Amino acid sequence: MRFATSAAPHVTPITSVPLVMRRVLYALLPAICAYIWYFGWGLVFNLLVTTSVALAAEAAVLRLRGRPVAPTLADGSALVTAVLLALALPPLLPWWVAALGSLVAIVLAKHLYGGLGLNLFNPAMVGYVVLLVSFPLEMTAWLPPRMGDIDYPNLSVLQTAWFTLSGQLPAGFTLDAVTRATPLDMVKEGLSAMETVSEISANPLFGDFAGRGWEWINGFLGLAGLYLLYRGVIQWHIPLSLLTAIIISATLLYFFDPGRFPSPGFHLFGGATMLGAFFIATDPVSAATTDKGRLIYGAGIGLLTILIRTWGGYPDGLAFAVVFMNACVPLIDRYTRPKPFGHE
Amino acid sequence: MRELTLERRLLGGLRLAAHKQHTTTRPIRRGFVPRELIIPLPDGPTATDTLVAVGEPVLRGQPLAATGEGIAISHASSSGQVVAIEPRPMPGPPGTTAPAVVIHTDGRDQAIPMTPLAGQSLSRDDMLQRLQDAGLVGLGGALFPTAEKLRSRSEQFTLILNGAECEPYISCDDMLMREQARDVLDGAALMCDFSGAGRCIVAIERDKPEAISAIAAALDEHEDDRFELAQVPTVYPAGGERQLIQLLAGIEVPSGRYPTDVNFLCQNVGTAVALAKLYARGEPLTSRIVTVTGKGVRTPQNIEAPIGTPIAELIGAAGGYSGNVARLIMGGSMMGIALDSDARPVTKATNCVVAAAPDEVYTPGTARPCIRCGDCARVCPARLLPQELIRSLTGDDLERVASLGLADCIECGCCDVVCPSHITLTERFRGGKHSLALWTAEQAAAARAEARVARREQRLDLAANREAEERRALLAPMQGGREARQRAVQAVIERARSPSAAPDGDET
Repeated sequence: MRFATSAAPHVTPITSVPLVMRRVLYALLPAICAYIWYFGWGLVFNLLVTTSVALAAEAAVLRLRGRPVAPTLADGSALVTAVLLALALPPLLPWWVAALGSLVAIVLAKHLYGGLGLNLFNPAMVGYVVLLVSFPLEMTAWLPPRMGDIDYPNLSVLQTAWFTLSGQLPAGFTLDAVTRATPLDMVKEGLSAMETVSEISANPLFGDFAGRGWEWINGFLGLAGLYLLYRGVIQWHIPLSLLTAIIISATLLYFFDPGRFPSPGFHLFGGATMLGAFFIATDPVSAATTDKGRLIYGAGIGLLTILIRTWGGYPDGLAFAVVFMNACVPLIDRYTRPKPFGHE
Repeated sequence: MRELTLERRLLGGLRLAAHKQHTTTRPIRRGFVPRELIIPLPDGPTATDTLVAVGEPVLRGQPLAATGEGIAISHASSSGQVVAIEPRPMPGPPGTTAPAVVIHTDGRDQAIPMTPLAGQSLSRDDMLQRLQDAGLVGLGGALFPTAEKLRSRSEQFTLILNGAECEPYISCDDMLMREQARDVLDGAALMCDFSGAGRCIVAIERDKPEAISAIAAALDEHEDDRFELAQVPTVYPAGGERQLIQLLAGIEVPSGRYPTDVNFLCQNVGTAVALAKLYARGEPLTSRIVTVTGKGVRTPQNIEAPIGTPIAELIGAAGGYSGNVARLIMGGSMMGIALDSDARPVTKATNCVVAAAPDEVYTPGTARPCIRCGDCARVCPARLLPQELIRSLTGDDLERVASLGLADCIECGCCDVVCPSHITLTERFRGGKHSLALWTAEQAAAARAEARVARREQRLDLAANREAEERRALLAPMQGGREARQRAVQAVIERARSPSAAPDGDET
């Protein structure tokens, strides 16, 4: 009897890229819900814009490059990039800003470097950084979180949709009235106005310790990160070293002068920390690939984030820290390569 | 009985579905004799003398061929008649052939008279020669001649008796340990005596409690204080020679060296039984235990198969095929070779035959790009970075491939199983090793050529220098102003005039 042959091993792989990406997307769901609850429907519109532009751009570039379109779209990597970018954007944003970010992420940061697996920089963060540098006004116009008893002028779903489409606020609303500084902004501005951290944190927007709404979003993202660790989608090295670097550097600063430096809890649960630690910095393509290298890479991001938050020109520094450390990856990988078995 | 407590974990590795429960419920089927035997003779440059002719009757244990040095290498594995001596397809990639002696058996399974080694007073060299003549090789799969492995002798040696058997589907060593624990230990004791090893660790994976208790009971009976039992974790590939040494002793066998270089000897339990049988009864190695399994076979079981049994007949002995067989694998599901036909014979390396149903095997599809997740590196028992290797191989950067240690890849297949991009890493590495070997040879040749050119240039330079030196010496007197020049010219003229100055003097 004759049989077809195939090379060993004959065992079915236990995972796949689409499964990994799907798990990442599932893990983001609770945080997305919390985001919508606190900051309104803007995120939904941003998600619609970034995902549709990302998928269209991915398909167009793949076609231009003569690569198979459908299987690559199905790997879900463009979708994950788009969702991560949308989560980093302010909830009230004209569509073309979000679309440009998505386009930059997919075309510039991903495909010009050779597509999935070859991009040096994290696409979502490149998209975000380009937007932040190009549209500083739009990119820092955050809505206030849902406050319960305190009455802020709130935009309805339709009004948010209209702003996304046209960039125009309805009559009777001004951008200043509608938007509020983020807790990180407040700290930065307050400190430069010679206020102390305790005075700044008295503002109800500041929440319990890291900003109202932000605490919950980061909390859910942290739990989602634990789920990804449990599922083996990510490894512990990067989140651990990143968060440890943040805790250590923030604690040192806090003990040095609690009036000038916010608490480690604020840094841990404020801004993009958890998103960065579990979803951005762990992007395997643009991260270091050796275990030791990942510890260095994560710690570098954590430390740079605190440095930029404390002394830099931007309120949150995680995106810049990630992009900077991305550039260091080839160097890190080169010097942290383990010796093969029997070479000690 | 002493038990060794492990302090280390295996580097990398995977927990895999074992698929062994179907073949460990029945005892080993013994006494099976196929109608035909295809007994391979070693191929290649080693000259072999065939000791039998077509048409001749043969008995079990009769040597069929010998090497140029007179070492018997193949034996008839049952009695019958030689019907052909010709190249036959062998297990391996499609197209593999080797010369073979084909025997039609008579079913009587008569053996030649055999004399036990026990009781004979033989020198060490004679003993090793007997081992060679009996065709004893490592039955773990590498087929390394046992006599060669036992040739070096040192009190420092530790013998590791490998009963880990970590690969899915394979249970022949497990069943052998359950049924012949005493023979296993007798063989191991002989190996210790031969090699001088003062210590022997019997290593068995934890998922084989019956084998462990059988060996433990035999150890209690044996009362040999050289022996220790080690229960190793059920992680593939804990049974790899280098992996097992690392797991038991924490020593990494240096790359490109052998376990004996770090005072370890590894022997498979099957080899120990073969040695025990040779010693006690004078039996050469003519059969081995083969696990016949997979959903595509009716009655999965272990069978003691004469070497040369066609796989088709072996499957027949296990009740024949059942249902759709998608792939016929020789070996386990991680490192086994898919055979293109069941007309291939069982060799001394055949530990398992899997007739796999479609849902038991994987056929690689189109791979996605590597996303550098590093899962492959985490399971790599050789501490390699497959994600970097594959990138360098794709870019044909063989220099980097070499520096990343491709030569140390043991082709265990773990990286394939965890790769989310479904890249056929192991297959690429197998091919890569080949390119690397060619490249290394080319590099060496280029280096030699370069050295030769450099030496030649050096020689030419030396010669030119010498010539220039001589010319300078000749002209030196001309350098010192007008008077000196005149003196020199005068001296030449005088030399020319005086007859005694003529060179060699033959003009006078």
